[in-house]
Amino acid sequence: MKLRKTLLGTAACAMLAFPTYNAVSEELPACDGCANSMTIVSWGGAYSASQNNAYHKPYMELTGINVVNDESSAEAVAKLRAMNEANNITWDLVDVVAADAIRLCDEGLAEVIDPDTDLAAAPDGTPASEDFGEMLVSECYIPQIVYSTTFGYRTNVAEWGGKTPTDICAVFDTENFPGKRSLEKRPINNVEWALLCDGVPKDEVYDVLATPEGVDRALAKLDTIKSDVIWWSAGAETPQLLADGEIVMGSTYNGRLFSVIEEQKQPVAMLWDAQVFDLDGWIVPAGLPEDRKKRVMHYLRFATDTQRLADQAKYISYGPARQSSAPLVGKHATLGIDMAPHMPTDPNNAKNTFLYNYEFWADYRDDIDAKFQAWLAK
Amino acid sequence: MSVQAAPDRGPITTQDGIPLKVSLARALRREKLRALLLIAPLLLFVVFSFVIPIADMMLRSVDNALVPETLPRTTEALATWDPESGNLPDEPVFAALHADLLVAVEEKTHTRLGTRLNYENSGMSSLFRSTGRKVERMDEGQYTAQFIDAHKDWGNLETWRVIKRFSGNITPGYFLNAVDAERTSEGLRMKPDNERIYLFLFGRTFYLSMVITVSCLLLGYPVAYLLANLPLRHSNLLMILVLLPFWTSLLVRTSAWKVLLQQYGVINDFLVFIGVVDEAGRLVMINNQTGTIIAMTHILLPFMILPLYSVMKTISPSYVRAAKSLGATDWTAFWKIYFPQSVPGIGAGAVLVFILAIGYYITPELVGGTDGVFISNRIAYHVSSSLNWGLAAALGVILLGAVLILFYVYDKIVGIDNVKLG
Repeated sequence: MKLRKTLLGTAACAMLAFPTYNAVSEELPACDGCANSMTIVSWGGAYSASQNNAYHKPYMELTGINVVNDESSAEAVAKLRAMNEANNITWDLVDVVAADAIRLCDEGLAEVIDPDTDLAAAPDGTPASEDFGEMLVSECYIPQIVYSTTFGYRTNVAEWGGKTPTDICAVFDTENFPGKRSLEKRPINNVEWALLCDGVPKDEVYDVLATPEGVDRALAKLDTIKSDVIWWSAGAETPQLLADGEIVMGSTYNGRLFSVIEEQKQPVAMLWDAQVFDLDGWIVPAGLPEDRKKRVMHYLRFATDTQRLADQAKYISYGPARQSSAPLVGKHATLGIDMAPHMPTDPNNAKNTFLYNYEFWADYRDDIDAKFQAWLAK
Repeated sequence: MSVQAAPDRGPITTQDGIPLKVSLARALRREKLRALLLIAPLLLFVVFSFVIPIADMMLRSVDNALVPETLPRTTEALATWDPESGNLPDEPVFAALHADLLVAVEEKTHTRLGTRLNYENSGMSSLFRSTGRKVERMDEGQYTAQFIDAHKDWGNLETWRVIKRFSGNITPGYFLNAVDAERTSEGLRMKPDNERIYLFLFGRTFYLSMVITVSCLLLGYPVAYLLANLPLRHSNLLMILVLLPFWTSLLVRTSAWKVLLQQYGVINDFLVFIGVVDEAGRLVMINNQTGTIIAMTHILLPFMILPLYSVMKTISPSYVRAAKSLGATDWTAFWKIYFPQSVPGIGAGAVLVFILAIGYYITPELVGGTDGVFISNRIAYHVSSSLNWGLAAALGVILLGAVLILFYVYDKIVGIDNVKLG
């Protein structure tokens, strides 16, 4: 009897040491009847690498399953719809921005997820729904990170005569800050910034934008710098243009600017003023077979827990979406610099911020986009 | 003897007595069937991967089944409502809406419907999303008041006009949108000036495609001429030079143009260095139409050169020699003798380049800035970003139609038989 117990104990130890498909650690329960492989869709580049290091690798080590990476997030919405119509869903988990998640949820293409039963609670026992708080902008969406769209500017522009931009309206001030700037080729964020600098108080921006006159006003403000703007459609363009000296300032995602400034050591600085927060996170495609869905939910509970979200900030300068992760954010894995001051959510950087208004843009995006594109084409 | 007797024995038969006609027809049918079997894989492939998807996409441009399918009772009840009456629909309509939405919320289709109707009227998306959350908690009776209480837009006449206008299975809405028109309660009209974009983009797409085709021809014709007339060892080298970019990735070539053309790029730096332009006068050659024309001309050039070359290769040099020996100048010999013979190549190359150009999307997106983008960029936006596939399909159908019309005109003027690929 005693021997039997010892044998069983040894077997259990062996299982821990040599993980098999059902191997478990203390924090990760076994996954019964789960698929042995999953396809995760994300954005590629540095962002996918950070997820790979923080989530996929540890999960693969713990479970021994295989994670296949697909870098199709940019076309995820259209592809998911096509897959759904063809009734052949090849993706298990998809990384999308919040606006796309809301769209997918509206279209019935994403599974509803209950944070409190499907996700891990914070270490102190706070339920996930409270830990994520207002970041849960859609019932289908589990956010991972907060990123921001903000401006970077060159620090060695001779024409500026030693002045440096301190607030967002420097973008519209071509007198004091001459030179080309880059803006994203879409109305979102640009029209808000335009109205702010046209004297609209921050809390009235969306009320003004909901009227046709408000849109005209924003476009009129943008018109004042139209000839100085290079329009980008991929996040990598602004960093490249800044590094080439093609532009003196430009908007892009804060993580891209971080790599220009800290990794490539370019003469560029961040203008955090009026940065717009947005979220990036997971959705589970609707209609997955039972075994694959179980595997995804198992992975999701692991990859969105407090520690894992904090781990991701070691590899990229985006803020974790859980409140409980913030104190755990440490140093950059290779550069060794403290990451907290580079987070968009850091109090020093977040003195004046905007949160992407999802409801507003879901309603008005088509309308304002048509006007914006018509204005752009003229 | 037997030859004379033949007519008397009735129709000519084969050895086994079957009439020759029948036997021949049988053999021919078998031949045809065999030929059909041989091409069957290709035929099926084309049908499944080309004809069916295109037909499906064309149907999407008018398909509106989502509205009557999601709101069957409401659309039926709305049939008797007069949108011009100035009154909200009656209580039975609201009751029908309640019944429909209960089912829709259960199946999670109400938000899809909201997205669909939001293309026509901003605000419908949140109207359906927020009403969907409240509809299950509604009490029986007094639906009009409860709905207006749930969202004030249910008390707005325009909301109901839009639902009524789009309650059919088929809608012209996407096509109207694609030509910058709209149907309002006052009837058909063009959209306000600041929202018109598609007709303008169609025009620009065709105009720029023609400019690109002409510049490909101007640059490609001399190259093709050299290719066809130089001694083999020189022309082979030249051929490799023509084909080399053809084998290079499109994105690489486009990015290379970015490096060359940008304001602090290679060309501008060189011009500043030799003093042709000063520091402030650096040329803007990218992120505008010039960028699109230069990059696309380069990318499409082989499609012009190759058909030209294969036609020129077949032109015998003796004709030009004969013309010259009869006293023609170099120019006359070229223009009267050589050029007309190369027209089929020009036709083939021009059609090929033009068709490829109007569908181009990635190069204009990368180097076109704002005034160098094509209609295909908007189609791509509606397919992948706004998910308005109906509008994307309508734009695509119009583009297809315009190309077919141009083809027809081309056939009338030049003649489609006068196109040769070699």
